[in-house]
Amino acid sequence: MRRPALVLLLCALPVAIAACARGETQTVLRFWAMGRESEVVTELLPEFERTHPGIKVKVEQLPWTAAHEKLLTAVAGDSTPDVCELGNTWIPELVALKALAPLDARIAASTGIASADYFPGIWATNVIGGSTFGVPWYVDTRLLFYRTDLVRDAGFPDPPRSWSEWQRVLAAVVAHGSGEHYAILLPLDEFEPLLALALQQPEPLLVDGGVRANFASAAFERTLDFYVGMFRKGYAPGVSSSQISNVWTEFGRGYFAFYISGPWNIGEFQRRLPPELAGRWMTAPLPGPDGPGASIAGGASLAVFGHSRHQDAAWQLVEYLSRPSVQERFHALTGDLPPRRSAWESAAIAGDPYARAFRDQLERARPVPQVPEWERIVQEMRLVAERVVRAQLSVHDGARELNATADRMLAKRRQLTAEGATL
Amino acid sequence: MTRGQAGLLFAAPALCILAVFFLLPVCAALALSVTDFDIYALADLRNLRFVGLRNYVELLSRPLFWKALGNTLYFTAVGVPLSVAASIGAALLVNSRLVRFRGFFRTALFAPVVTTLVAVAIIWRYLLHTRYGLINFGLGRLGIGPVDWLGNPHFAMPSIILFSVWKNFGYNMVIVLAALQNIPEDLYEAAGLDGASAWQQFRHVTLPMLGPTLLFVSILTVAGYFQLFAEPYVMTQGGPAQSTVSVLYLLYEEGFRWWNLGMASAVAFILFLMMFAVTALQLRFGRGAET
Repeated sequence: MRRPALVLLLCALPVAIAACARGETQTVLRFWAMGRESEVVTELLPEFERTHPGIKVKVEQLPWTAAHEKLLTAVAGDSTPDVCELGNTWIPELVALKALAPLDARIAASTGIASADYFPGIWATNVIGGSTFGVPWYVDTRLLFYRTDLVRDAGFPDPPRSWSEWQRVLAAVVAHGSGEHYAILLPLDEFEPLLALALQQPEPLLVDGGVRANFASAAFERTLDFYVGMFRKGYAPGVSSSQISNVWTEFGRGYFAFYISGPWNIGEFQRRLPPELAGRWMTAPLPGPDGPGASIAGGASLAVFGHSRHQDAAWQLVEYLSRPSVQERFHALTGDLPPRRSAWESAAIAGDPYARAFRDQLERARPVPQVPEWERIVQEMRLVAERVVRAQLSVHDGARELNATADRMLAKRRQLTAEGATL
Repeated sequence: MTRGQAGLLFAAPALCILAVFFLLPVCAALALSVTDFDIYALADLRNLRFVGLRNYVELLSRPLFWKALGNTLYFTAVGVPLSVAASIGAALLVNSRLVRFRGFFRTALFAPVVTTLVAVAIIWRYLLHTRYGLINFGLGRLGIGPVDWLGNPHFAMPSIILFSVWKNFGYNMVIVLAALQNIPEDLYEAAGLDGASAWQQFRHVTLPMLGPTLLFVSILTVAGYFQLFAEPYVMTQGGPAQSTVSVLYLLYEEGFRWWNLGMASAVAFILFLMMFAVTALQLRFGRGAET
């Protein structure tokens, strides 16, 4: 019974060897992409494969919620892909793991990618210790979505530009409406609204090259006080997003008039709001302490992994996906906003009134501190803010406690830096 | 070859598997728990330091750990008796000759055990919704104002307990049911002849005869409930205000979200010691009750 199987195996061997040999002439790129982009990018790839014969791209889809764990596990298990879509706040972590290939030489030699064409805050999220490790793919920043009718009825024809104006509008919206309603929705399980406001201050959130926390500063305390004040004064309900069954329905009902959110919601609001609300909402840049303020430079970048054996081909894919014409198609397919100014000149996006505020905001987008511990620190910031909102802590004690916790999280980084390790 | 050697030879494959897949990882985890393994160490092993018991000390001095431990104990202390009581009640019900369609009820009560946790958790999130949920709608009919089940730190854990008990009691019900059917009918006959009421029969015949089964069921349930993870992971992500962070949830966050494997291993060992102690106590208590 054994022998036929063995014979079969021997017969199959040359075939298998031939198959391997044929595979060598064609490069297969493993491309990890997440969420909606991973579904849509497959429509852009046939064109790339046609213009780059010999390269085939295999897209491997990851859900956003599991992507971070998968990436770290892949690094630990040395099974990283060739190219990857990365949330730009993950770059410092993967750079600390020495997993990404520096791209400076390739960018300098590239004719298609010019860093000056990109929004500076977005580009900066990819630069760590003077080297560039990613090319922005699409951008994400947070700003105001608001009900123009409710704000106008409350006596304000224009959206607020500074914190003090904003406070007056919020108070008027609360006083003017009827039924159970608030002026703004700031879900307690989202750190982004508070982070965006905190980035507007001139004081950095981490100091000494990112090894020491700076949350005890007067500037951060002012931000926290402003944020918590919106709950204390009854402008914002103290709820988390799971308690809002459906943001779009509630926005349509006038349960709140302002919502801090990102570009994906332009499409969602257009699709999901009832038709009678068309033309009764708009986007506006985020108000700052005195005049238009900064916001988070978020989004995703394309990075090449250092252990990839096809880095040249991988870079060609990055260059292709960064072409303004491809970015325009990508925007049409996903609604994701392009990171390059030249891609914003296309008729489709330039004519979108809801995107205009984003174009303006992106010039003032600021990167978050670039240390691997940041994601953890920002979660801690959210938890402390939630406790302050729930009146379990005062603003002052909250800021000091956050500072101490963040300092503790940075202890190892401080120690390694003091010993002269390059991180 | 002696009998002993032959026995060892037969046991060897199983022992090898245990050694490779259980003993080795446990020893590795113990070793990890006395280091500061984090992403810097993952990048370069020279950044790995031996820190002795610092992970344990730091963990024990962290308010979140005590909060997670408190949450887990709360969940176990309330959830296990509720779950066991629900299992006994349901088993008595579906075993009773007075009930019609017993086959249907057995299947229906067991159904939550075999459904996917994530799917039913989403349905429960709808049921528990503050403004549109069925539960608050029912309470409203009774004149009770809406309760913010998953958003209020005081109600989130009770909601999770309710959900877990509903999800798990069917499993124990089947075990208890089997034990109930093994109680000889003549014991009840004798008790009936002596004039024992239904409650007295339950108290003095059913419960003592179920004793070993209940011990077994409670050990399994305690071990399972100590490892609370999926329910808060799906329903609340540990919130609101960390009121549903369990010890295992903390471990997951430390290990797989932040990649602090040293700290995560320390959490795992503390959880292991706790469960070991509780199970030993239960066994001793169970033996004491038997003799």
